[in-house]
Amino acid sequence: MNPETKTPLVRLAKREAMEPWKAWCIRIGSILLALVLGGLLIAALGKNPLAAYGTILDGSLGRASALRQTAKIAIPLLGTALAIAPCFKMRFWNIGAEGQITAGAIAASYFALFWVDKVPSALLLVIMGLSGALAGGLWALIPAFFKARWNTNETLFTLMMNYIIIGVVRWLQGGPWEGRPGSQIIPQFDSAACLPKVFGVHCGWIIVLILVVFIYIYMRYTKHGYEIAVIGDSVNTARYAGMNVGRVIMRTMFLSGAISGLVGFIVASGADNTLHDGVAAGVGFTAITVAWLAQLNPFAMIAISGMLAILSKGADTLHTRMDVPASISDIITGMLLFCMLGCEFFINYRLIFRGGKSSPEAPDGKEAVKHA
Amino acid sequence: METVCAIEMRNITKRFGSVTANDHINFRLNRGEILALLGENGSGKTTLMNMLSGIYFPDEGEIFVNGKPVSIRSPKDAYDNGIGMIHQHYKLVDVFTAAENIVLGLHESGRLDIKAVNEKVRAICEKYGFDIDPTQKIYDMSVSQKQTVEIVKVLYRGADILILDEPTAVLTPQETEKLFSILRSMKADGKAIVIITHKLHEVMELSDRVAVLRKGASIGTVATCETSPQALTDMMVGHAVTLNIQRPQYEHPEKRLELQGITCFDAEGVKKLDDVSFTAMGGEILGIAGIAGSGQKELLEAIAGLYPVASGSIRYSPAGREPSDLVGKTPMQIKKAGVAMAFVPEDRLGMGLVGSMGMTGNMMLRSWRKGKGAFVNSRDPNELARQVWKELDVVTPSTEFPVRRMSGGNVQKVLVGREIASAPSVLMTAYAVRGLDINTSYTIYNLLTEQKMKGVAVIFVGEDLDVLLELCDRILVLCGGKVSGVVDGRTASKEEIGLLMTRVGGKEAE
Amino acid sequence: MPDFVQLFIALVVAAITYGTPLLFGTLGEILTEKSGNLNLGVEGIMFMGGALGLGGVFYYEKAVSVPNGILAVLIGMVCAFIAGAIASLIFSFITITLRANQNVTGLALAIFGTGIGQFAGEYMRIQEGGYISISNELKVFFINSPFPQALQDLPYVGNILFGNSIFFYLGILLAVAMFLYFGRSRSGLHLRAVGESPATADAAGISVTRYKYLATVIGGGISAIGGMVYITTIAGCVWNHEGLSGVGWLAVALVIFCLWRPLNAIWGSVLFGALMILYLRLALPFIPTQLYKILPYVVTVIVLIFSSMRNNKEKQPPASLGLSYFREDR
Repeated sequence: MNPETKTPLVRLAKREAMEPWKAWCIRIGSILLALVLGGLLIAALGKNPLAAYGTILDGSLGRASALRQTAKIAIPLLGTALAIAPCFKMRFWNIGAEGQITAGAIAASYFALFWVDKVPSALLLVIMGLSGALAGGLWALIPAFFKARWNTNETLFTLMMNYIIIGVVRWLQGGPWEGRPGSQIIPQFDSAACLPKVFGVHCGWIIVLILVVFIYIYMRYTKHGYEIAVIGDSVNTARYAGMNVGRVIMRTMFLSGAISGLVGFIVASGADNTLHDGVAAGVGFTAITVAWLAQLNPFAMIAISGMLAILSKGADTLHTRMDVPASISDIITGMLLFCMLGCEFFINYRLIFRGGKSSPEAPDGKEAVKHA
Repeated sequence: METVCAIEMRNITKRFGSVTANDHINFRLNRGEILALLGENGSGKTTLMNMLSGIYFPDEGEIFVNGKPVSIRSPKDAYDNGIGMIHQHYKLVDVFTAAENIVLGLHESGRLDIKAVNEKVRAICEKYGFDIDPTQKIYDMSVSQKQTVEIVKVLYRGADILILDEPTAVLTPQETEKLFSILRSMKADGKAIVIITHKLHEVMELSDRVAVLRKGASIGTVATCETSPQALTDMMVGHAVTLNIQRPQYEHPEKRLELQGITCFDAEGVKKLDDVSFTAMGGEILGIAGIAGSGQKELLEAIAGLYPVASGSIRYSPAGREPSDLVGKTPMQIKKAGVAMAFVPEDRLGMGLVGSMGMTGNMMLRSWRKGKGAFVNSRDPNELARQVWKELDVVTPSTEFPVRRMSGGNVQKVLVGREIASAPSVLMTAYAVRGLDINTSYTIYNLLTEQKMKGVAVIFVGEDLDVLLELCDRILVLCGGKVSGVVDGRTASKEEIGLLMTRVGGKEAE
Repeated sequence: MPDFVQLFIALVVAAITYGTPLLFGTLGEILTEKSGNLNLGVEGIMFMGGALGLGGVFYYEKAVSVPNGILAVLIGMVCAFIAGAIASLIFSFITITLRANQNVTGLALAIFGTGIGQFAGEYMRIQEGGYISISNELKVFFINSPFPQALQDLPYVGNILFGNSIFFYLGILLAVAMFLYFGRSRSGLHLRAVGESPATADAAGISVTRYKYLATVIGGGISAIGGMVYITTIAGCVWNHEGLSGVGWLAVALVIFCLWRPLNAIWGSVLFGALMILYLRLALPFIPTQLYKILPYVVTVIVLIFSSMRNNKEKQPPASLGLSYFREDR
């Protein structure tokens, strides 16, 4: 009786811990792999991959104006990733940032359109920002309430909420807020309702960078952040420690929605200077991958959202200069996400090949205790 | 009648790392008999049977089924040899009917004819007197019906050797009676049955022979009609071992916690605590002994405010303060009043610790709400973490190292250390030394004794009777959610407690 | 025939036309979710199916002198299916084998798939110089009913029952087949067990990994056919990513709406199709037309809330939906 014959070719075991530098090597390796795959695609189109990547870098960072465009793409991405981080830390799968951005943008636009001649510009912008945050927060509170009360599936709920609010914008566009009749377009905001520019980019970037620090501190050093971390780890332990889990879920979702709503205000007021149904433009979804890949670390989110913004802006340049369809940026982004998502496996698990060194038996006798 | 051997296991050894769960065990099961496999928790009963059901593979030894050597590598191999095991945790799909669960995983050819399956299931039910409807959904079933489905599943696959792991643990007395009569009718049908148990009265009532395991070794097999509960208890617990745990006497014990008629029900309406009354004194360690699942967990949680109390009162008299009733208070209020609980669950984490955080983060779990403002005070917990780290010799690279990655003993030190550090006036621990080595266990015993000498009322739920007898001042024995006796730790004998635990004691023993 | 009856018939026929792509998208996602995998990449999968299915038919027509209509339909379906299957294979590999988070991977697939779809559409346009389209002779095989004209001319019911494109009838067949598969076959029982409780299925000797892979890959392929159906029947056989955008998300909503049951998907998709086009046909006073379009999502949310409030065990998502399975986690 030889038990070896039943051992499969490859077995898996959870890794105890991996040195951080090794983990980062694997992550960087996965990014390089994605870039190589993207390069193969470009080569298959008959273009020079190196030249193409050069064009992407040049087109996104080469000139000050390009850099500003790239920053403009990165701002909402980063802001929304920050909004999502507390929810994901709590294992609440909020994929409704898209809708929360839109809700915030609607509220901000209301004041931009109808209060512009009533209050001075600075006050108007503050009102717009606050109302955007409030609207985003309330929009996020709806699924959170049902989750806390009836454990309604939040993934599907938040997803549906996106399309409901986007539909509302379409209605506003073609109805009550329509500018020139028949245009299906809401008029441009008065300049008093537009975010001022700092270094050539609307000052949303300052708000978002402040948010980076805020979320970092909030998650690490506050009582709220502590509650979120405990609930994300074990709801039982949270109850044992006397936490009101339902209330924390609702509060965290309100905060998350509020930040998304603020991003909505920034996009509408700073970048678009109007409201349209594409105000979120998929940012809510892409930001989820940004937050996840950054391991919910706000500073890592800066790097990842920057990287995706470079790809996105650079691909536009690639389109104009080398006649490669601009959607290549989505493809390379997708490959990047796949590789980075997949690589975490090699950080968390160990592969044991048959005939190789067998794994050390449970070091603390855990296994034995569990089954004895 | 001639006995036909159904299963024989020779010299079976199974090790998990450094722990030997089964040490050269010989085991024999005949056709047409019910054999009880008796032993305390951790004596290796389930491990031994899992090698028959294909969950584990023995490190050494041979298995014979019907006299032929076999190799059982998977549950499927076990079924092919006619062996079926009903585990403690049922494996059923909630939204499927009984019949769908019964045929799940069978790779018979042809399309699934659920009507034929229903008929076949009904036939089996009729034959042995089972009371289930094959078209009923599992989520609509009681625990005992689910167990019946598991048994029918095994029979449907043609098993004639049945192993039941603690089948009565979740059943009411009436359901138990029904199960037993079914098992007897299966025995009459020529099936061979093993029931894993540690309840002596069931052994006496049901079995033909008893095999006793203790600490992974086979102690012996006896015919039930030739033995007595007393003799079986002696075989099961062995002779008392001297451990030399310090047990100083505290001078001024005072009433701290007084429970009156506490009764609790679980979510399914099963009575978990039945009219439990006792007093815990400041300055003593009150041991709680009992077979696993006798209500220990529920008792501690009820005191801590985590388990709903149906009736009864818990009068709490902290030193120098007004007494109050803990029933109806929130866990937070009870904790603030000075009642600490260190419960080490089977998976060690889960309740009371945050696996992904380090020692500091876990120390914070008791103090996170303290202080004004939005920020948590991490300085005090960090100091506390360092203190626990140093005083209890926790092996960890830093106070930020996630406790999930620590070894079991160290996790427990963190948990117990934190609860002690909160300077409680009642300290409850459950299974605090579960899976720990000797030295670490002694560290924990000394910590508890230290608390006792400070006047704290310590409640210690333990598994090892030797430890309870040497550590505790008084020992309360739980059996089936009832208090079956309270004995003095200094004078009681191991046998006395053993009998109380298995209910053969109480009035009958006198 | 009175006017309002004619209007009603026209509405139902249009609803079926718009519902058919949804039907495929939904059926595919039901199959996927029954195995416990929540693939949020349907939007991307349908984009890929639309672009590559169209491409397959276009290049087939270009390659042969006398194209066969039935073969063209088949080629479109096969190309779309393969595209969706490959996309789902990527998803399966990352979530099942590499155990990454399903939500995040699904969203990444949505981004990747829409990128591939648009890329392929644009690339073909650049290559061929101008919009690529299928000839009118071939289009009819995609759009017209497979039934004889006499049946379609039956009063009242003729057009509704027999006047739809072949894809609607294929979708119904598929839904019935899936219903029988889930409810009557051994393999379907095993698949549902995998989605409900992988640990139980594993203990019963069912290969959890194999079932999850097969269900997800085949489900993705079916969803992708929906994208191809949209492009060939609604978008007029021209690549039109704006029209297609949102259909995949609607399919995800429809899966919830029909409570993971294939037969419900038939009338559910027609209902959702009606809600998509109602604003064109039925202008009610006081109700803005644009708000019709959010109705599918609103009713889905209501269904979701009610099913969680009533906690009816039969109307819940597969119990392990969205979770990856690792045997040693038990």
